[in-house]
Amino acid sequence: MNVSRNQRVDLEVVANLIPPQSRVLDVGSGDGSLLELLQDTKQVDGRGLELSQRGVNECVARGLSVIQGDADKDLEFYPDKGFDFVVLSQTLQATRNPKLVLDELLRIGNRAIVSFPNFGHWRVRMSLFLNGRMPVTTDLPYSWYDTPNIHFCTIRDFVNLCDELGATVEKATALDANGQKIGLSMPWWFWNFFGQQAVFLLTR
Amino acid sequence: MAALRVRKPNNEADQPSSPVLRFGPDKPLKLDAGTLLSPFQIAYQTYGTLNDARSNAILVCHALTGDQHVASTNPVTGKPGWWEVLIGPGKIIDTNRFFVICSNVIGGCLGSTGPASTNPATGKPYGLDLPIITIRDMVRAQQMLIDHFGIEKLFCVLGGSMGGMQVLEWASSYPERVFSALPIATGARHSSQNIAFHEVGRQAVMADPDWHGGKYFEHGGRPEKGLAVARMAAHITYLSEAALHRKFGRNLQDREALTFGFDADFQIESYLRHQGMTFVDRFDANSYLYMTRSMDYFDLAADHGGRLADAFAGTKTRFCLVSFTSDWLFPTEESRSIVHALNAAGASVSFVEIETDRGHDAFLLDEPELFAAINGFIGSAARARGLST
Repeated sequence: MNVSRNQRVDLEVVANLIPPQSRVLDVGSGDGSLLELLQDTKQVDGRGLELSQRGVNECVARGLSVIQGDADKDLEFYPDKGFDFVVLSQTLQATRNPKLVLDELLRIGNRAIVSFPNFGHWRVRMSLFLNGRMPVTTDLPYSWYDTPNIHFCTIRDFVNLCDELGATVEKATALDANGQKIGLSMPWWFWNFFGQQAVFLLTR
Repeated sequence: MAALRVRKPNNEADQPSSPVLRFGPDKPLKLDAGTLLSPFQIAYQTYGTLNDARSNAILVCHALTGDQHVASTNPVTGKPGWWEVLIGPGKIIDTNRFFVICSNVIGGCLGSTGPASTNPATGKPYGLDLPIITIRDMVRAQQMLIDHFGIEKLFCVLGGSMGGMQVLEWASSYPERVFSALPIATGARHSSQNIAFHEVGRQAVMADPDWHGGKYFEHGGRPEKGLAVARMAAHITYLSEAALHRKFGRNLQDREALTFGFDADFQIESYLRHQGMTFVDRFDANSYLYMTRSMDYFDLAADHGGRLADAFAGTKTRFCLVSFTSDWLFPTEESRSIVHALNAAGASVSFVEIETDRGHDAFLLDEPELFAAINGFIGSAARARGLST
């Protein structure tokens, strides 16, 4: 039940990073909630890329500019720095090649915004530590054999990948299980333990 | 019966029952073939009212055997307009709100200059003396029609199949005059397989002894058998294996058993024969040759150094592409390659693939998902254009 509220908070955190009238590409735009939020509140020039054809058709019927495509395959067609912001919301862990996808985001956008579930969260750690089983939580409801999330990472892992790709973290936010922002002054290890989701603003 | 069926293709070709715009020697049409067409005329229909700002005009481009009668009764067949499911008062494309224009393409046979039109130089129908017409020629002529209405920028250009090719050509040649573009079930080029099917159709027409090298009007007949065969073959490509099987299966036509002969034993045979017969009543055989050729010659990337994205460089037009899963004439991949080119050009683009077993012709049918996509796209474009609801 916390999922919808948390995801909305996640979208709001993303939306707050984007100034009005920006050019935005939402990779994995899903049902178009973020694009709609951005269009309504920020008058952005928004585009979406979504894997599921049903999601795409519904978005287009709602007047959003969305195409069917795969983050792993179709980002290469976009020109360098064609967007002010490229958003990858809750999708990185489902890509086949997260490193390449992140690299593409940084190429296409002046800035990239990436949000993902933190696999370093204490509940995940506890589940593995105490039960000895892959964690299934309200936020991550899939069993290991049918999950679309094939590349989980922790906040620390992600920061390392950013370093490897030469990306600068301009801003980072971690949200706890209640969707509340974790204080800025807290160290990385604290975020990595208590952050259920993270939102990063990157540039290169 | 045959005598009664002789229509007057020349009458509709020269003196159409729709409005017609005639261009004299001072305004020739420059053709890709390297010659000028003059004088020439464009037959068209309009629906709705052009607003004071002239910002609510929608141009509909028709397909291979379509015509300008998109939303009103066809004068030749007496049937409803070919896209009345979509266009009309209160429909998805609401003629109470938009000014809809549809013109017969150059090379057609319902009033715009084509092979059935009278050649002023000879007083006889052009026949094959008409230069080859390209998609770009058609669009160039449409642009002159739009000038006539004093419309600087079309709110939307839309069309399916050959109509979609014209939409792409419009967006590429006159990007500043197209606010939004909606190419449906189309491609940026005609594939080898599509050219092959067209060639079969043309050869069927030309093999008919009544064709007379294109001068059949002078011989008092028409290559009806050849054109009917061409239509039968083409019609199969507009459907899908699944749809054909669903509709006809191996059902027999008005009989209990096979006749062990070459009658139309099967419903599908009878259906195709009917399609062929009714087609020759409304379409000119030479025009069919010209229309098919125009599609074969279309290759938008080739016109831009082989890179499709360059056809749309810097475009501000909003695009929405639609394809159908069972369309094997213009498969989804054709649309997807246009989408990739538009992405590379930084264009605003939506792309919807619709699941249906109705094949290429799905774009002409009552497809709720198609209508939902068109409605969403047109609605958001209208808001962006500042058109009130």
